[in-house]
Amino acid sequence: MITGLGALTPIGNSVGEAWEGVCSGRSGIGPITKFDCSAHETKIAGEIKNFDPLVHVNKKELRRYDDFIVYALATADMAMNDAVLNIANDQAERAGVIIGSAIGGLPTLEKEKENILRAGPRRISPFAIPAALANLAAGHVSIRYQLKGPINCPVTACASGTYAIGDAFRMIAWDYADVMVAGGVEAVVCPLAVGAFNAMRALSTRNDDPEKASRPFDADRDGFVLSEGCGILILEEYHHALKRGAKVYGEIAGYGITSDAFHMAAPPPGHEGAARCMTAALRDAAMLPADIDYINAHGTSTPINDIYEAQAIHNVFGDQVSRILVSSTKSMTGHMLGGAGGVEAVFAVKAIEEGIVPPTINLNQPDPAAGELDFVPNIARKKDVRTVMSNTFGFGGANAVLILKKFQP
Amino acid sequence: MTLEVKVIELIMEQLGVTREECVPEASFVDDLGADSLDIVELIMEMEENFGIQISDDELDKIRTIQDVIDFLKTKGVK
Repeated sequence: MITGLGALTPIGNSVGEAWEGVCSGRSGIGPITKFDCSAHETKIAGEIKNFDPLVHVNKKELRRYDDFIVYALATADMAMNDAVLNIANDQAERAGVIIGSAIGGLPTLEKEKENILRAGPRRISPFAIPAALANLAAGHVSIRYQLKGPINCPVTACASGTYAIGDAFRMIAWDYADVMVAGGVEAVVCPLAVGAFNAMRALSTRNDDPEKASRPFDADRDGFVLSEGCGILILEEYHHALKRGAKVYGEIAGYGITSDAFHMAAPPPGHEGAARCMTAALRDAAMLPADIDYINAHGTSTPINDIYEAQAIHNVFGDQVSRILVSSTKSMTGHMLGGAGGVEAVFAVKAIEEGIVPPTINLNQPDPAAGELDFVPNIARKKDVRTVMSNTFGFGGANAVLILKKFQP
Repeated sequence: MTLEVKVIELIMEQLGVTREECVPEASFVDDLGADSLDIVELIMEMEENFGIQISDDELDKIRTIQDVIDFLKTKGVK
């Protein structure tokens, strides 16, 4: 059972604001303000805006934690409040946390390297390592909420958040825990990450028109837009949620994970690994293609991903594609890397709850190579959504797909 | 600004404690809630601010705010 939601995104610093943002087709992409990007090829990103970290951490913590840790703590606060959940001492060992991140505290490592160059190794902060390790998002959340059960941090690039939620779902199914805090986080809008993705030619360089830069499935797309953000779900064992009268948003129905075993960064033509992953999630949920109402696509806005993902969807869903809506909310949020799976799972839950499918914005001319799919171009659509498939595919060939469904008591 | 005031302001900033807590006999670990990493960071700030070096042996002898002030004075910091 999903009983709590939290989101911190470039289009809103709460679930309500972010959901209103994606439903109204608002872009969260703008000029980079976090560092001087004048020498970088790409000068745009999806940054978190108007966020007051001191609501969630004190000054001392703020100085010592990398942003991804602060974002995870803030988002976990929102999700725990939303679930109206307090973990009592006698329940602590049955509560856990899995928060994934692709690159963890890269900005911290970058800053500490500058300290070495400036003043030598004696000037490296004793907090450098605990600020940089990717699993410290989960670590700090476990300390704050006294979660003493399973803890983990999947590091599977852009699929990290989905792995986290899927693995947390398993922790409950396998009786390791009754409550899991699960999601993904990323905060690497920093010179090294932007420069390194530029070196791969992976980022959009539409610097003069940031809000139009992320355009999944559009013929005119030129790469993804790097974003930061965090999405967290509270998962709860059925009877545990029932007993305390928790509000149930929906439930996880299935989880598929596969590997491409193909290339360090590129998917194979037709992305058979993604197709196998979608099929695996359907099998896990005991569902058929006909049971899926909406696919929240990985849809990064890179030339290769979008075509191959569309082909994989055609291969798995066959003639069902005429009925299924497919959209990429990355057209508005940009690509939050490890945070994407968390935030997109939150959107999946909201789509079920509200009966609205968010659009793919900036879709003026669908790439013909994607075939006939209903990408919900530019305007959100009302639809009774019983089930959502949420796709994420990461570098290293790591694929993860979740199926979420409406809760029917 | 006297040395005492400078030291106390650094400690307040680094450890997130109040001026009232920063009495001379306050112990970093027992009274100000510092762990070993906090102390390393605090000493780094002192080194940077006062242009001195503090060895690990010297660090081991520092327990209270007064210890820091006395130590800085022996190093000729004013």
